[in-house]
Amino acid sequence: MAQMTMIQAITDALDIELNKDDRTLIFGEDVGKNGGVFRATEGLQDKHGEDRVFNTPLAESGIGGLAIGLSMEGFRPIMEIQFFGFLFEVMDSIAGQMSRTRFRMGGSRNMPITVRSPFGGGVATPEMHADSLEGLIAQSPGVKVVIPSNPYDAKGLLISSIRDNDPVVFLEHMKLYRSFREEVPEGEYTIPLGEANVVKEGTDVSIIAYGAMVREAIAAAETLEKEGINAEIIDLRTVYPLDIDTLIKTTEKTGRVVVVQEAQRQAGVGEKVISEISQRAVLSLKAPIQFVAAPNTVYPFGMAEKEWLPNANDIVEAVKEATVF
Amino acid sequence: MVKKETQTIEALLDANNFDFSTVKVLDESGKIVNEALMPELSDEELVDFMEKMVFYREWNERMFALSRQGRLGFVAPTAGQEASQLGTVLATTSDDVLFPGYRDLPQLMEHGLPRHKAFLWSKGHVDGSTYPEDFRAYPPQIIIGAQYVQAAGAALGIKKNGRKAIAMTWTGDGGSSQGDFYEGINYAGAYKAPAVFVIQNNGWAISTPRESQTAAPTLAQKAVAAGIPGIQVDGMDILAVYAVTKAAREFAIEGNGPVLIETLCYRYGAHSLSGDDPKRYQPEGAQEHWRGLDPLNRFRIFLTEKGLWTEEREEEVVAQAKEEAKQAIQDAEAAPKQKVSDFLKNMFEEADQITQEQIEQYEAKENK
Repeated sequence: MAQMTMIQAITDALDIELNKDDRTLIFGEDVGKNGGVFRATEGLQDKHGEDRVFNTPLAESGIGGLAIGLSMEGFRPIMEIQFFGFLFEVMDSIAGQMSRTRFRMGGSRNMPITVRSPFGGGVATPEMHADSLEGLIAQSPGVKVVIPSNPYDAKGLLISSIRDNDPVVFLEHMKLYRSFREEVPEGEYTIPLGEANVVKEGTDVSIIAYGAMVREAIAAAETLEKEGINAEIIDLRTVYPLDIDTLIKTTEKTGRVVVVQEAQRQAGVGEKVISEISQRAVLSLKAPIQFVAAPNTVYPFGMAEKEWLPNANDIVEAVKEATVF
Repeated sequence: MVKKETQTIEALLDANNFDFSTVKVLDESGKIVNEALMPELSDEELVDFMEKMVFYREWNERMFALSRQGRLGFVAPTAGQEASQLGTVLATTSDDVLFPGYRDLPQLMEHGLPRHKAFLWSKGHVDGSTYPEDFRAYPPQIIIGAQYVQAAGAALGIKKNGRKAIAMTWTGDGGSSQGDFYEGINYAGAYKAPAVFVIQNNGWAISTPRESQTAAPTLAQKAVAAGIPGIQVDGMDILAVYAVTKAAREFAIEGNGPVLIETLCYRYGAHSLSGDDPKRYQPEGAQEHWRGLDPLNRFRIFLTEKGLWTEEREEEVVAQAKEEAKQAIQDAEAAPKQKVSDFLKNMFEEADQITQEQIEQYEAKENK
């Protein structure tokens, strides 16, 4: 076991998969010698060669098209979109093309593509870098969307994503890259896609979150504990497909639900979670579901991030709304 | 204007050749005008080219008729583009990977797509784009330009696999305005990947004329910015199209990178049979002008003068096309009804929980 940051765990997973299968390729802007702008691919080109880990020209749609064409030639592409705010440039390749290949071709083709991309706010990036666009992509049939919240999950989920024969968008929250370390086993292990994690068992209320908001939920639970409220924390880990069973189980257990997402309140993943719980377990609810999310504005300028992003205090407030009802 | 000094294949495949005059071999009166570029073809192969052009001209008529009867879905006419479509695809082999646009069903059929599947694709049946594993092609692309970036990817894969093959893709003059068009040729150029990119410049993107697409005098010259050879060819001249494409394929296979080919051609019909009427937007006399350049006509004269073609043979091929179209539509109409439960099963290798629930719901409905 080694202490690793999330970015180290990601590099480790990539290295393991490059070793395991020589059909696996990594490409994107600056992923070669530079090791990616966040160093996720650091050292991988040296170790595995320029044929397997290589830079692309600066054009996101081209990166997506490259992945599709390479898949047709039997490769397993791991493509990097430098920042997920650039999703719009590659939206057709992901949501319009690779996502529908299996459907369009009657199940006769695989698209074993992993799309890795940093996203998320709180690190003072320029405009169009921090946006949480997972809801946009999760609405596209044929793509799985994975968002780890810690180093251990990141490694296991990334290995699963790379081995999956369908397109997986793997989103890495920038704030989590280096903010903490934890024990990560050496060698390979996998975490199944589509399975949520019970981060902390609790009895009074269920906080359902993903990505960086899981850290806020943990901080909120610590505060709540002091006030005698015992929260259960669920980390979705995969926002499409959703782990319905775990959502229903926790709802039935606590009867009170707070859903948390970093993205703006309008539409998106949190709405989907609320909708499934409402349809499947409304009678288990003792209070209306609370929803903590960002306001419906464009992602704000760097100096206003702190005011804008949902945080542990917002979660504490929402939990109180749900528990005093 | 034909500038003779650049009319050699070597010169045409030079990325620094900035002469984009139109390559011609056979003129509209059926005369060879450039012996140097005449491809080496046996009499049988020459006849085969003619048979295929006649076949697809008639096939186009059959599509019109079937469409009027409501027996097809989306139909994009191909008449006028036979030399462009067939001249390019006949220079490929089954090892090559094809990325056709929505008008490029003839190329797919020549690559081995069963004819009834072409009709099924038109009708919107998934069997029309369900291909055997060893069939190296992607279904016709609807998003104009997307096939260009995908072809660049396949070409890079071919190179990595050490295969002696190319990825070939087609778009139109309208498609050459897309960002993906440029990303595709630029990527393939940067990786020296074996792709042959074809722009079938038929003069119109639905109703928007070629002149409104770009201020560039030719579309072939768009290759210059990607650092790859760009060749403009008379797309009504199957010998010129074939010669240029064959040379481009060999150039790409030898590790020299991709080639962009612009074929000057024309679609006699509408953009598609789903609505537009060329009379609304094309100038008077356009049809007559292009009919005078017809690819079948000039090749017919050429072959007839060589004693290789007769009216009887042409009638036989027309009859054969009619027969095959009749059989193909019957086969297409016999395809099983599509099931939403099958669609759901084909979303992922393994269905997730909600998809699985939907499969069960739809199976229950379908089995009622």
